Amino acid sequence: MSYLEFLGQYGDRILSGTVVTVVLTVLAALLAVAIALAAGLMRLAPNALVRGVATVYIEIFRGTSLLVQLYWIFFVLPLFGITFEKFTAGFVAVGMNLGAYGAELVRGAILSVPRGQWEAALALNMSPAKRMWRVILPQAVLIMLPSWGNLLIEMLKGTALVALIAVTDLMFQVKQINGTTFQSAEAFGTALIIYYILARFMLTPFMRWLERFMQRRLGRA
Amino acid sequence: MFDWRWDFTWDILPRLIVATGNTLLAAGLGYAIAVVLGLAFALAQRTPYRAVTVVVREAVEFVRSTPLVLQIFFVFYVGPQFGLRLSPWTAGMIAIGLHYAAYLSEVYRGGLESVPKGQWEAATSLNLSTARTYFRVIIPQALPPSLAGMGNYLVGILKDTPMLSVIGVAELMHTANAIGSETYRFLEPYTLVGIIFLLISLPTATGIRLFEAWMRRKLGMI
Repeated sequence: MSYLEFLGQYGDRILSGTVVTVVLTVLAALLAVAIALAAGLMRLAPNALVRGVATVYIEIFRGTSLLVQLYWIFFVLPLFGITFEKFTAGFVAVGMNLGAYGAELVRGAILSVPRGQWEAALALNMSPAKRMWRVILPQAVLIMLPSWGNLLIEMLKGTALVALIAVTDLMFQVKQINGTTFQSAEAFGTALIIYYILARFMLTPFMRWLERFMQRRLGRA
Repeated sequence: MFDWRWDFTWDILPRLIVATGNTLLAAGLGYAIAVVLGLAFALAQRTPYRAVTVVVREAVEFVRSTPLVLQIFFVFYVGPQFGLRLSPWTAGMIAIGLHYAAYLSEVYRGGLESVPKGQWEAATSLNLSTARTYFRVIIPQALPPSLAGMGNYLVGILKDTPMLSVIGVAELMHTANAIGSETYRFLEPYTLVGIIFLLISLPTATGIRLFEAWMRRKLGMI
């Protein structure tokens, strides 16, 4: 079977798998951003208990493997009465894992906003919430955006693991195709190229655009 | 807690501990490959031959932006299609070693670029060969700033070894899966795997931080 025939026969499945991978990545990214923001801010809280909760969360999720977490969420949580559908378990695991890494980015970026900005906001009598939301965070976002670009690529790559709990993403589809045709080079090679295109020619340019957009918004372009 | 069985825990713990040895072995071997190969990738990107530089650069980018689990499958299954059979261990080590070599080459690249140009000029004026300049002058200076990044990826490779279970390398995750399918109990094996990983990776990360601080002080970088 030539490669074109291979694509003709299995193109549809590969495409539907790609769509699932993209949707998973977007959902995981939204979840990770929300978690990272919450856990990152909690790490800076004056209350030791709040800080402790965030630290434990971050250390557990950064200290173990994504695959372990995925299996735990999918196979063990149901024993505690929390059952996720496999698709949900997939993006929740990826989002929570990368959210822990993101939390450290958020914390680092907030701390690296110049002190004068904090003092100025204080001098203008802003409430702590307003100071964070209107002054500190927008500048922190600009600082951490490049690192988030790398993190999003990790997220895209991380979603490949959900194939192991039978979510029908790109990885799962090519694994199935490989199982029936034994055309491993074509099946896995195509998937490698698709992941590469998604990371290099979609995610990376999008993050570049977002960086420029944020710079303009903050009048730094 | 929720149906946690201690007798079962003690039964499976020895198996998991043996498997932990394999996990550490896989991480160590993979890292050894990555450390050497990564340096080769980094140096290849600094040759005067533009073709070599561009090809290696793109290859590194490609490996870095595609999933490791897919690369493991690729290495393991594509060989037999062309008559080359690899054992799970060999295929796994090639895949994980290559993947982390790509990451480490970026770390080395940063380190190599941080060596002042004057060092090159001094080496040239002393009539040192390129190889001698690299191995006796440049790399020893490029290494300390790279150590932090190298340490992070050591923890990283450890946490990525569970992916080797997909092709049947008998490391922790694979053993936990086997226990799960033999006994239909998942709570203990998967939780223990998580705890074992925490017990290894947290001290390692702390050790690396301390080593890094010690290194900085020793080199007067503070």
